[in-house]
Amino acid sequence: MSTPTIGVLALQGDVREHARSLVESGAVAVAVRRPEELDQVDALVIPGGESTTMWKLAVAFEMFDPIQQRVKAGMPAYGSCAGMIMLADRIEGGIEGQQTLGGLDMVVRRNAFGRQVDSFEYDLDLPGIQGFRAIFIRAPWVESVGNDVEVLARAGDRIVAVRQGPLLATSFHPELTGDARVHSYFVEMVREL
Amino acid sequence: MSSPETTPSVGTARVKRGMAEMLKGGVIMDVVTPDQAKIAEDAGAVAVMALERVPADIRAQGGVSRMSDPDMIDGIISAVSIPVMAKARIGHFAEAQVLQSLGVDYVDESEVLTPADYANHIDKWRFTVPFVCGATNLGEALRRITEGAAMIRSKGEAGTGDVSNAVTHMRTIRAELKRLSSLPEDELYVAAKELQAPYELVAEVAREGKLPVVLFTAGGIATPADAAMMMQLGAEGVFVGSGIFKSGNPAQRAAAIVKATTFFDDPDVIAKVSRGLGEAMVGINVDDIPVPHRLAERGW
Repeated sequence: MSTPTIGVLALQGDVREHARSLVESGAVAVAVRRPEELDQVDALVIPGGESTTMWKLAVAFEMFDPIQQRVKAGMPAYGSCAGMIMLADRIEGGIEGQQTLGGLDMVVRRNAFGRQVDSFEYDLDLPGIQGFRAIFIRAPWVESVGNDVEVLARAGDRIVAVRQGPLLATSFHPELTGDARVHSYFVEMVREL
Repeated sequence: MSSPETTPSVGTARVKRGMAEMLKGGVIMDVVTPDQAKIAEDAGAVAVMALERVPADIRAQGGVSRMSDPDMIDGIISAVSIPVMAKARIGHFAEAQVLQSLGVDYVDESEVLTPADYANHIDKWRFTVPFVCGATNLGEALRRITEGAAMIRSKGEAGTGDVSNAVTHMRTIRAELKRLSSLPEDELYVAAKELQAPYELVAEVAREGKLPVVLFTAGGIATPADAAMMMQLGAEGVFVGSGIFKSGNPAQRAAAIVKATTFFDDPDVIAKVSRGLGEAMVGINVDDIPVPHRLAERGW
């Protein structure tokens, strides 16, 4: 799988930016809105956007269960911001009844860094990636992680990037910077699995 | 590359424009009360827009239309977890300061409210909160971006339920973008003069073939098919004003427009979600509105 096909969940959010970074990292990127499109991909990116909207649309268009099953079956997935919320086993600050796809053994707090006036840029390091300009927008943080979750980065003392096996999640938006190193990291994960 | 920073920087252009990127493919709904905001959130809105009266009522009742009451905005902010936008009058930087202090996530410097300054728009670079502004053509969009707008929407003709002006504005912007990107470099100086926008920005847009900020549509969208058409015309998302809460069944219509915006290119989905929505807002033909009462004429 030297050139993996990676889907970007295209129900809502910054789909095009993720697709661009994936292509730059050597993958084929396709938009995924329907179950049959999900069947065609080796891995899935869940973009930034509004997690409550994505959840409702995923349920309405019968995407929720198929994605959850693929994730359970070991499909690699990467979520940024809203995508991190979608991949969390448990969330704080969701709306009533809000479900997540889950997969990552962690608790994520929605909008934890505050409102838009508190949104910020910050330089941080990830394993093998030095000085990454991270953009946080009404961003969540990880409150706590299970034993099998590797913490990849923190902003101050807050956990903002994690990995558990084939699943990767960041509070911030590497797709907005034009720096594709986080996407390359994910594409490498997909190649290895 | 910038040098490593140990302190976070807020209110940067990337953070402001990035917020709008997160709204793409979504629907932003006008609300005047916390209850309406909750209905919008439950229907799948990506954000709500707080205002004093929806455009249809501003039209019907007349009078000066202003920023919403701070108590009402607080109520809306506490009622929902999605982003809350709010409208300020064109040029009314003090209203915008108040909205920023209340913690709204985006300010709409809007022609729907009565303008406060007929010469100057707000200097939006001075704010941490990002701004969205309306435009009827490319030059107007570029002038707003020059003033610091981090998101653009078509103006359309708010409060009418008549989508025709939104169509005209989106088609105009799209055609002007195409024309600009086809020009040889030595013609961009005159293009900048004609667009009444700075050369650097005009050259950037000509090179990229698109605006440097997200482009939504607004003004007269009332049905799922309206939203789908605007998305097919190149809008990256949709504002719905009076169209939802002036209709027979707001919750159902709101959810239908959300679905139509995601599957804008799939007529089977549009047909399915358009069924059984009850009465659309009654609406007014833009042609029947005397020119001095047209909101799109406000701003320049």
